[in-house]
Formats: sequence, structure tokens, C-alpha cells
Amino acid sequence: MAQEVTDSTEITTPAKIPFWYDPTKRAIIYQVVVLGMVGMIGYYLFTNTQANLERQSIATGFGFFAKEASFEIGESPIPYSAADTYARALLVGVLNTLKVAFIGIILTLILGTIIGVARLSTNWLVAKLAGVYIEVMQDIPVLLQLFFWYSISYEILPSPRQALNPFTGVFLTNRGLIFAVPEAHPAHGYMALAFLGGCVAVWALSRWAKRRQEKTGKPFPVFLVSIAILLGLPVAAWMFGGAPLKMDVPVLRGFNFQGGLTLSPEFTALLLGLVLYTAAFVAEIVRAGIQAISRGQVEAAMSMGLKPGQVLRLVILPQALRVIIPPLTSQMMNLTKNSTLAVAIGFPDFVSVANTTINQTGQAIEGVGMIMVVYLFFSLSTSAFMNWYNKRTALVER
Amino acid sequence: MKFFKLCVVAVAVLVLVTASLAMAGETLDAVKKRGYLIAGVNGGVFGFSMPDDKGVWKGLDVDTARAFAAAVFGDASKVKYVPLTAVQRLPALQAKEIDVLCRNTTQTLTRETANGLNFVQVNFYDGQGFLAPKKLGIKKAQDMDGATVCVLPGTTTELNVADFYRANNMQWKPVVIEQTAELSKAFFAGRCDLLTSDLSQLAAHRAVAPNPAEYVLLPIVISKEPLAPVVRHGDDQWYDIVNWSVMALIQAEELGINSNNVHIMLKNKNPRVQRFLGVIPGMGKNLGLDDEWAYNIIKQVGNYGEIFERNVGVNTALGLERGLNAQWLKGGLMYSAPFR
Repeated sequence: MAQEVTDSTEITTPAKIPFWYDPTKRAIIYQVVVLGMVGMIGYYLFTNTQANLERQSIATGFGFFAKEASFEIGESPIPYSAADTYARALLVGVLNTLKVAFIGIILTLILGTIIGVARLSTNWLVAKLAGVYIEVMQDIPVLLQLFFWYSISYEILPSPRQALNPFTGVFLTNRGLIFAVPEAHPAHGYMALAFLGGCVAVWALSRWAKRRQEKTGKPFPVFLVSIAILLGLPVAAWMFGGAPLKMDVPVLRGFNFQGGLTLSPEFTALLLGLVLYTAAFVAEIVRAGIQAISRGQVEAAMSMGLKPGQVLRLVILPQALRVIIPPLTSQMMNLTKNSTLAVAIGFPDFVSVANTTINQTGQAIEGVGMIMVVYLFFSLSTSAFMNWYNKRTALVER
Repeated sequence: MKFFKLCVVAVAVLVLVTASLAMAGETLDAVKKRGYLIAGVNGGVFGFSMPDDKGVWKGLDVDTARAFAAAVFGDASKVKYVPLTAVQRLPALQAKEIDVLCRNTTQTLTRETANGLNFVQVNFYDGQGFLAPKKLGIKKAQDMDGATVCVLPGTTTELNVADFYRANNMQWKPVVIEQTAELSKAFFAGRCDLLTSDLSQLAAHRAVAPNPAEYVLLPIVISKEPLAPVVRHGDDQWYDIVNWSVMALIQAEELGINSNNVHIMLKNKNPRVQRFLGVIPGMGKNLGLDDEWAYNIIKQVGNYGEIFERNVGVNTALGLERGLNAQWLKGGLMYSAPFR
């Protein structure tokens, strides 16, 4: 026994171990070797590609950014013409993708939550309808759904000259949904400012109400008052700005309607397809989240005298969110990534513009690299935000 | 989908470009070793390259690719056709996924330089035009202001139409869909006012439209479109084989040799014919092929005139006149360099 003890003390003496037997040092060595190998492979690929592209006389680098794109893009949130640069064309693509992803995610969350809750409804018909929706939408590939909505939009709707006109100022044609918008007026600027001011006021109000309730136990109708503030302030600003009523009504001139605002069939079909498809998955996640909360929690809350709305808001949702958020994050990223299917139905998203750029410049490696970096950035920033939010909701746990 | 495919192509470009650079004779050796030629085609343009109802590839571009196989193997059927979209075609060639691209591709300076490609002898002279519904009553360029135009992305057409509208200071809206079939479906359903492409392709689209008589090709041609097979930079022998195979199609028509009389022509006393068909040896050897290469092409595929009439000529659904594609002796541009 005594012998063994001395042995073990000898082993733990650092001076006597060669560094290749020391697990810590060995780990560091392995990591340095792996890092070096990865770096060397990367360097080899890079230099060799560079050299061979040069020998095949294929142009390299990002010099094309500053060159004139000379192709047109169907729709753009910022002014763009064929005389602009490739960099601006690609920016248009990024903004178009962001537009679809942002609006799509918001609509998906709303629709998905409604359907998820409906699936748990005690009303037999509502629950079954939600169930059928989920099963059908989940099982049809999203590309097929996109083709379906797109071909509906141009096969069924009439040409501009026979446009459907359901309400004054709204036209439904195979060129899209065209509707009247208020003509530009300085009052709109005031309204936006008033809305922002309203947001700040609502935030302050909810903090005050929370503190008051903690102190005195008296609740305050925050929700109703907030809505009144958010709606009332811009309306007041509009009246103050002279209550402009003039509308920019679309008029049929030449081939198509001029003026107003147009939602193109491509954009509508893409948004519709992505939202309806992803909402089915979100609904299942919401349902799972709600069902993860034990029945006892609800019963306890109800026996304390909370109203059903309060039970949902104060007891169920805060706990359900912890279950819901991680899979929800991946659905949000899925929606963003699926938006690349836009090329199939002609919406000029980032991939579509980048594809055209690749073909017009012939620089596939740079182009595909760019596509990867942009989507990686989208996904990482979405997940960073959601992780932050997840941490916040997770802290509610006691 | 598309993106994934493009990714694969890009990675393939990376890997293959990395692997080795083209050596003279490399492509021919690879093709011979493989036992068949891989040709990139459109796959969706009737008359140029499209499988028929039995799945057999037909068209002017397809026949051109068959000529290359006949030259290399003495067997025109040894071709594998890879349908490519406009966006995929050039990366696919750069990545060596295909040996040659026969996909109504326009020869341009940028493609021959910055893209590292070489165009061979033109096999179809075309120009860009517009297809429009008759009822719109368009007569001149100014009538096209404000139109929505369906156009394939990644093409010279896409750039030409933008130039055309800029030059005339008019407004337009593009609808770009990558798949040719989807694009023409959208146009014929009324999503666009105009469809723009090379005139031959417009004729092909109209030929398969639900009601061809309601559409008219506008008398406005906005560009030159010399369409030619394409190979990579750096393999001159392969370039020569492809280039002279197209020349052989043209030369045979000029010499009056076709698939029916080619075996009789072997006995012809004209030294130009004898040199062409390999009766006087030497031409094939210079290309690294056997001396029957041109004989095999004409025997199995036919001369340029036969190919034209069979696929796109006046007696087909496309009904195209020879026009610029007639022999030079008949006022066209089809002119082969001498075989000597």
C-alpha cells in the first residue's frame, strides 16, 4: 500500500512527465496541428484556385462591384436602374430578401399562433380544421406551393384592361394587386413622429403601471390605453397637419396601371407560399409548447381567480415560450432560407440577382461565396437575436 | 434547388480548377476514355434541343453535338445531353462538367476573355426580337413604352433589352424566370406584355403555344446574336476538333455532299471532295482523328442544310427561312474555311 502511494505522488510531479504524456499540453498540440492543417488546406485551395483561374484566364476578384450592371430588376425598395453598379444591384437583392423574410416572419408568427391555439380548441370543428391545415401544408413541398400560388395569380386573374375592381381604388390583375395610397404630404411625416412618440409613451406607461400594481395591487388597463395612444396620436397629428385626404389613385395608361402601389404577383406568391407553409410548422410548435405545461398550472391559476386571458398571458405563455423559442428560431431561419426559391417564380431576391451577376460576369466562385456569406449572416443574426430573447425568457424560471 | 445546383457547380469549379490545368489533348483523351461525349444543351427549346415524345433528343444544337461524336467516335449516338439553364451553362463548362456547350449561346467579348471560354464557328446567326399578342397592335418601338417584358436571366438578351429601353428613353418592367418553360408559360398566360429572346427561340415558343395564331413576332430586331458551340480556354486540339466539325457541316453543303449521296461522293474525282472525305488522307490526322471523321459526320448527321431544314426549316413547326444562315454563295453567312 505504502509503495503505491509513493508511486502516485511521483506521477503527479510535473517535472517528471515528458510533455507528450501531459493531457493538457497534448490537447494544445493537437489543436495547433489541426488548426495548421486547416489553414494549410485553405491556403492551398486559395492560391491554387487563384493560379489556375489565371491560367484559364477567368477573371477573379470583386472588381466587378463598381462596374455597371446593365440589367434591370423587376422590383426594388430603393431607386435602381440598369445604369447602376453591380454592388447596388446586389444591395437591391439583399433588401428584397429582407423584405420577404421580415414580413413573412411576422405573418407566420401571427398565423402560426392562431392555428396552433385553434388546434387545441374545445370546438371540435375548429380543432379539426386546424389539424387538416397543418397536415396538408406540411406535406406539400414548398416549391410546389409557390408554383401553385404563382400560376393562380396569373392564370386566373384578368389582364389590366379587364381588371377586377372590388373596391374603389383597388385593382386586381395578373400584374398584381394595385391599390391607391395617400398622396405624399408633410402630414405623413408628423404622423410617423407621433407614432414613435406613442411607442415611447406606451413603454413608459407599462413600466409605470407595473410598478403601481406591485406597490398598490391595483391593475391598470394598459392594453386598451396603449391602443388608444398608438392610434390617437397619429390621428391627431394628421388633423393638425391639415387632414390631407387626396389619394394617389392608379389609372390604366398604356399597358398597365400607373400610380398607386403595386404588390407584384411574384412577391405575393412567394410571401403567401412561405407564410402558409411555415405557419403549419409554427402551429405545431406552439401547440407543443402549450401542451408542455401541466394541467395543474392552469387549474392553480384558475383557482386563484385569474381570468382565462390572464391565465394565458401570465401563466401559460411565459412558460410555453421557453419550449417554443428554440424550434421557432430554426423555423424563422428556414423561412429566410426557403425564400431563395424565389428564383423559380421570378421574384428578384438576393440569389436571383447574384445568379444573374454570376452569369454576366462569369465569376461563379465569388458569386456563390457572396451568397453563402449573406445567408450565413442572416441566419447567424437571427439566431443571435433569438438566443438573446430565449435567455431573457428562460430567466423567468424560478 | 437552383441555388444548390449552382453551389455544386461552384464547388466543382473550385475543385477541378484546383486539380489541374488544361493540357493540349486532355479533353479528347478524357472523352475517348469515357466512351461518350457530354454536351450541355438547352433542353427546352423546340427545334434546337428538346427530347421528343419518345425521349430522343432532337434539334439543331443536338445535331451539332452529334456531329462532334461522329467525328471522335465514328458514332453520332455517343452523346450524353445535359440540360442547363442560362445561368448554369457557363459555370458547368468551366467546371468541366461538360465537354462542349451547344446551347444557343451568343458569342461575346466578355465570354471569350473574362470567362475563359472559346466560341467556335457559328452554327446559327440570330437576332433578338419580341413576341407580342396581336391584339396589342404594336407597330414600332415607341409603342413598347411601359411594357412588362418576360426575359430569361443571365442572358445577353437580358442586357440587350435593358440597353434598348435605355437608348429609347422608355420605361419597362422585367419578369425574370430561370426555367425557359416556366417563363413562356407565364407569358402565354398574360403575365407579360412582351416576350423577348432570340428570334429563333421566339418562333419555337410560339410553335408550342396554346394558340400560336394570336401572337406576332414584332418587326423590331435589337441585336446581333451569333450562336455558336463553346469550349474552354486552354485545349487547342479540342477547340480545333469542335470548330472544324461545324465547318465540315457547312463545307459539305457547299460541296453538295449530304447523308444520302456521301458514299457515292467517295468516288468523286474532285480533289476538294476527296480531301474532305478522307479519300486523300491527312485532314483527320491533323486533328488527331481518323481520316473518315468528316465522312462519318455527313453520313450519320447530314450537312448543315439538312440539319437546318430538318429542325427549324420552312417545313417544320418553326418555319424559319434560311436568311443569314444560307450558304455564302446564296447570300448568307455560312462560310467554311477551306479544308486543306
